[in-house]
Amino acid sequence: MARLMIEVDGLRVRFGKVDAVRSVSLSVEKGSSFGLVGESGSGKSTVLRVLAGLNPNWSGHLHIAGEEQKPQRAKDFFRRVQMVFQDPYGSLHPHQTIDRTLSEPLVVHGFDGIDTRVRKALEEVSLPAAARFRYPHQLSGGQRQRVAIARALISEPEVLLLDEPTSALDVSVQAEVLNLLSDLRSARSLTYVMVGHNLAVVTHLCSRIAVMQSGEIVETVSAEDLRVGNLTHPHTTDLHTFGVELEELMQTGNSPTGRPGQIASRKN
Amino acid sequence: MSTYPVTADSPAPLRSWLLTDSPDSRRQAAWGGAYRRWLQFRRNRLAMTGFVTVVLLILAALAAPLLATHAPGAQDLARRLEPPSTAHWLGTDELGRDLYSRLLYGGRVTLGMVVSVVLLVAPIGLAVGTVAGYAGGLADRILMRITDVFLAFPRLVLALAFVAALRPGVTSAVIAIALTAWPPFALLARAETLAIRKTDYIAAARLTGASPARIVLRHIAPLCLSSLIVRVALDMSGIIMTAAGLGFLGMGAQSPMPEWGTMIATTRGYILDQWWVPTIPGIAILVASLAFNLLGDGLRDVLDPKQE
Amino acid sequence: MQIDVRNLRVAFPAPHGVVEAVRGVSLTIGQEKLGIVGESGSGKSLTARSLLKLLPKQARLSADRLTFDDIDILNADERTMRRIRGKRAGLIMQDPKYSLNAVMTTGAQIAEAWRAHRGGSRKLAHEAAVDLLAQVQIRDPKRVADSYPHELSGGMGQRVMIAMMLAPGPEILIADEPTSALDATVQAEIMRLIEDLVSRRGMGLVLISHDLPLVSHFCDRVLVMYSGRVVEELRASELARAQHPYTQGLLGGLPSLTRPVAQLKVMERDPAWLA
Repeated sequence: MARLMIEVDGLRVRFGKVDAVRSVSLSVEKGSSFGLVGESGSGKSTVLRVLAGLNPNWSGHLHIAGEEQKPQRAKDFFRRVQMVFQDPYGSLHPHQTIDRTLSEPLVVHGFDGIDTRVRKALEEVSLPAAARFRYPHQLSGGQRQRVAIARALISEPEVLLLDEPTSALDVSVQAEVLNLLSDLRSARSLTYVMVGHNLAVVTHLCSRIAVMQSGEIVETVSAEDLRVGNLTHPHTTDLHTFGVELEELMQTGNSPTGRPGQIASRKN
Repeated sequence: MSTYPVTADSPAPLRSWLLTDSPDSRRQAAWGGAYRRWLQFRRNRLAMTGFVTVVLLILAALAAPLLATHAPGAQDLARRLEPPSTAHWLGTDELGRDLYSRLLYGGRVTLGMVVSVVLLVAPIGLAVGTVAGYAGGLADRILMRITDVFLAFPRLVLALAFVAALRPGVTSAVIAIALTAWPPFALLARAETLAIRKTDYIAAARLTGASPARIVLRHIAPLCLSSLIVRVALDMSGIIMTAAGLGFLGMGAQSPMPEWGTMIATTRGYILDQWWVPTIPGIAILVASLAFNLLGDGLRDVLDPKQE
Repeated sequence: MQIDVRNLRVAFPAPHGVVEAVRGVSLTIGQEKLGIVGESGSGKSLTARSLLKLLPKQARLSADRLTFDDIDILNADERTMRRIRGKRAGLIMQDPKYSLNAVMTTGAQIAEAWRAHRGGSRKLAHEAAVDLLAQVQIRDPKRVADSYPHELSGGMGQRVMIAMMLAPGPEILIADEPTSALDATVQAEIMRLIEDLVSRRGMGLVLISHDLPLVSHFCDRVLVMYSGRVVEELRASELARAQHPYTQGLLGGLPSLTRPVAQLKVMERDPAWLA
């Protein structure tokens, strides 16, 4: 059995009287990528925030990097597990230069050679050195997301949690960021957990994908099964049909069901 | 490390060193940022007016012994309530004291009080507000109830009670005003913090493993500062008036010490016949408040890096 | 209904001169479904909003021709524009949360839109509102009519928004990223609903989006905008045969479910596209 980096068993999260996440179990092997797909409100982001240590109100068992994790994490945990947020406009401090943003984790964890590390981090995500002393509002959306990725990687973590890292970006920028993420993964043998609602994007990066609906995982499949439509749950099938249909249209100009718009009818 | 060009004989290289798009070091970036802000501040004419006025007022107050034509306490009962003349540039008050000299010395007291109050109040308000807002829960409730208690009393009445309990005088007045002036700042800082703490960039700061103290101090407080500065600037005139009110009731600056508010208060009976006597310190208060306001407004714009 | 635009330009004052966000766009919209696609900053939203003169205050609008039927929009006053907006042309925006009044029930808001343009009694308007909610395929229109916007999901909110826009019986719908705040499956539903209503009522549709495949799925004709200009105009069925490298780049950079690749194609932006 390959070594597991993340192991979640019977995770339950309550917001007030509502169960946002009910009995979710999943495991992620070291060096692999795991995708969580679902609609808004399905609980996928909540699971990610629990893994990151941002949400302390949960019960169940959680092992990350071989250690049992409690709601309150040790300081070293935040060096080993990092996260990239969805909105690059909201995840960078508006009053801090890129330099300050990138040095912060290094200062907190007592790294040395901060100057060199910041320089190298910018290089790694292909940002110009001139960006170092700029403020976030002086950068484009794609550049900001690169900064966010650089910040997440600067403390040399083992696990990277990705919360829809490209959904706020333009299509052409999305390709650049996805390429960057897959390059970094192989260069640093990182473990990814990625949340998203676009099947094609998540499948591009992840080898195993779990589909969530109303706080539960309804199906866990491999990327290969998902690509060929080897699915059991109707919700997953819906998502798959819609995605494939748009691609067919793009490639051939014809939609397989004939009249455009007759797709992905949802069984309620 | 980069070297500094010499300022005196090469102003142009210094300028380009400051304004470069790609600074080599953090120090250069920081100086460049400060210089850019100053350039931007200089473009704002109203803010510059306020800045220059504040500097002039403070310089005049500091240099009062050099600029004054009379001793501030020297009485001349034969020449009381005189209009402006060559002997007394701004006329004399009800005890025949030179108004111009008293205005200069009064500036020391009044501006000194205002600045001390602000230096006391802003950090207290900021600390209470940001801690309450970020910690939430019990800490928030306790801190906010304390704030409410202070807020429930009219400012002047509470200040009076404090001064009466201590000893009338400028120092007591400063402490009393400070104790009554911080709650609005705390509420403001708390409201800002509540909005900021939910953002992704604070979540990201938590994910660096930073302690709550570091997050409040380094990430949240700087963001609350700009609105706090504006609020402080707007509150300046109120602080001056409270100081005057205390002085008038004998609880603030003690006679014969000149203080702008007290000067108005003691001579307000002459407003119809010798109008200049209470009006001149009034104008001084007006000018000072206005200048602080303009300065605060300009500072707010400069402190937000998005304005660049 | 015919909208005619010749050489539309929208400019904003900047610290150093003027920045043109829309640089000479020409188009004609009749009773058809037109898609305008582009990335952020391409000027697609400004182009669509110019049709209703709903631009930010500092924007400067100019055109050789900008007409809605026989009305000269360029020189029309606010009163004339108010008669077009809402009544003859409805605007659906990205996030219904911000477009709906939070302290009014959805039924009351739709009824108000109805009465403002058609008159009639309160009771009649309320009945019309419930009927419109049924038309946008809300299963329990009576209950939804009595609920407040925050009680609705994103998809439901967008349906309510559409119902409100339909109330005055417009001739054209302008939809500015109507589904980008919604989930994939809900996206399809809402697009299908819009498509269906537009066909059934014989309205025109202008659909603005950054999602080229989605737009081409639901439109007859697609304009691709880049940096304030239309770089390519396509029939939706010709999408696979797009000529302009920008359009090809938009399509080529998408990750695919059916054809996996290790590296996605990254668009090389040619400065010549700006000319």
